[in-house]
Amino acid sequence: MDRRRRPPILVVGVAAIAVAFFALPLIGLIRRASWSTLAADLTTPDALAALRLSLLCSLGATALSVVLGLPLAWTLARVPFRGKGLVRALVLLPLVLPPVVGGVALLAAFSRRGIVGGPLHEVTADGALLGWLPGGPIQLTFTTAGAMLAETFVALPFFVITVEGALRSMDARYEDVAATLGANRWITFRRVTVPLVAPSLVAGAVLAWARALGEFGATITFAGNISGRTQTLPLAVYLLLDSRPDVAVALSLVLLAVSLLVIVLLRDRWLDRS
Amino acid sequence: MWPPAPPTEPRSRSVAVLIAVLGTIVLLAVGCSSSSEPTAARTDGTSAARGTSATITVAAAASLTGPFTTIGDDFMAAHPGATVIFTFDSSGTLSKQLIDGAPADVFASADPTNMTKLTDLDLIEGEPEVFARNQLAIVVKAGNPTGITSLADLAQGGTIALCGTEVPCGAYAERILARAGVAIAPDRITRGQNVKATLAAVSEGDADAGIVYLTDIAGDAVEAVTIPTADNEIATYPIGILAGTADRATTEAFMAYVLSDAGQAVLGAAGFLPAS
Repeated sequence: MDRRRRPPILVVGVAAIAVAFFALPLIGLIRRASWSTLAADLTTPDALAALRLSLLCSLGATALSVVLGLPLAWTLARVPFRGKGLVRALVLLPLVLPPVVGGVALLAAFSRRGIVGGPLHEVTADGALLGWLPGGPIQLTFTTAGAMLAETFVALPFFVITVEGALRSMDARYEDVAATLGANRWITFRRVTVPLVAPSLVAGAVLAWARALGEFGATITFAGNISGRTQTLPLAVYLLLDSRPDVAVALSLVLLAVSLLVIVLLRDRWLDRS
Repeated sequence: MWPPAPPTEPRSRSVAVLIAVLGTIVLLAVGCSSSSEPTAARTDGTSAARGTSATITVAAAASLTGPFTTIGDDFMAAHPGATVIFTFDSSGTLSKQLIDGAPADVFASADPTNMTKLTDLDLIEGEPEVFARNQLAIVVKAGNPTGITSLADLAQGGTIALCGTEVPCGAYAERILARAGVAIAPDRITRGQNVKATLAAVSEGDADAGIVYLTDIAGDAVEAVTIPTADNEIATYPIGILAGTADRATTEAFMAYVLSDAGQAVLGAAGFLPAS
């Protein structure tokens, strides 16, 4: 047998340690779960509120990411302009920025003393000023909308980089042909571009959703930790770890299951590429 | 050629088996070593106590962050070679971490409840001692823009920051509000995981008020509204040595320092009430 064909034992050994490093925490979590009370744990009021709220916020953040991210991804991929590198760096920043710092930055912008939140609160504080506004001054902190905003801040980059990459690697001649056949820009975009990058749109949205669902630092810093209003799954896990560890572990299992589901959904992109 | 890798090749299956076997070995190794670890740490600790460098870890309530940092510096200045490392969080979080085996030598809790969780499990050597007391207060933004002057004012208005119910400052706050007959709608309460997080919701965030320890209310961003003594809770802070401390001598010296006049003076300067 050719010696070179035998895998080096040291490399494989270290690889096994790496696999154990990933597997052990998951095994620990699953072992800690009390399966007999799982259903009861997940239907406690706190858990139900967190599940409902997380679903709402993460889907809202995904929708916002698509609405804001698709034009941004298209602009980055198709429109030449000065300072594009700077804009792209700005988009990537939330990926590497510690989420808590993101939350502090969001406070600086959108809290009642923030550069946008302050004027917004002031202008809307006097209902008579705008008349048509329902329900008094607008405040984003400590609201479900604020939690959604914080999740969008960290989720948006995932959508933008996924879709921008797909748009750039797409064969632009399809768009050119559509144009020569008389399609205007909107029809070309809708009938040619979007269908061609559809798999990446879905993948980007799923990634953004998964990131939004797991968001912790920016949410607790910016939107606080209000049961039923801003206490999403990760926040509930953190707070309940003291008082109801069984519920915290049950909710952790939900997040683990969702994460596995995301990997299965996106397996064509990440797995079996060899 | 390496890498080979068409997945049908039998060799790749043997690689998979090898990974599985090694993985199991690692699992077993981790399982065994975790039980022998404390012994190793203890041996190290004994030599450290005799030798020149001794490091102890103090798990302390978040409200102690300021004075304990000072006390730690003073202690290290008085005991050359000794190093004190702090971990500050809510007493609820710390007691849970300690029960789960987090390595620490001293535990300073903001309430007896979380200390009892450890003594019940025989995780504390000897009897814990009360080293300080504290009172709670309403914290508002500087200048008190929403005009909060009493507990009753918390019932209306914006968001109120309280600690989690398992966190001592949260438990104290619940009792204070219940005694004063003040009910705050749950959807107006944001829960901090420790007292510093609760304070930050008012000082940095948009919460209108909160209930924290009087000693936490410092700086330009916030001011205190005192709670009448009849309504207030007095928090008692016990300190204890964890069973199996790596360095008994240094640990006891630190605890004695906290209870000494010097240590008490630092706590008093930070606004803590004397132990008795």
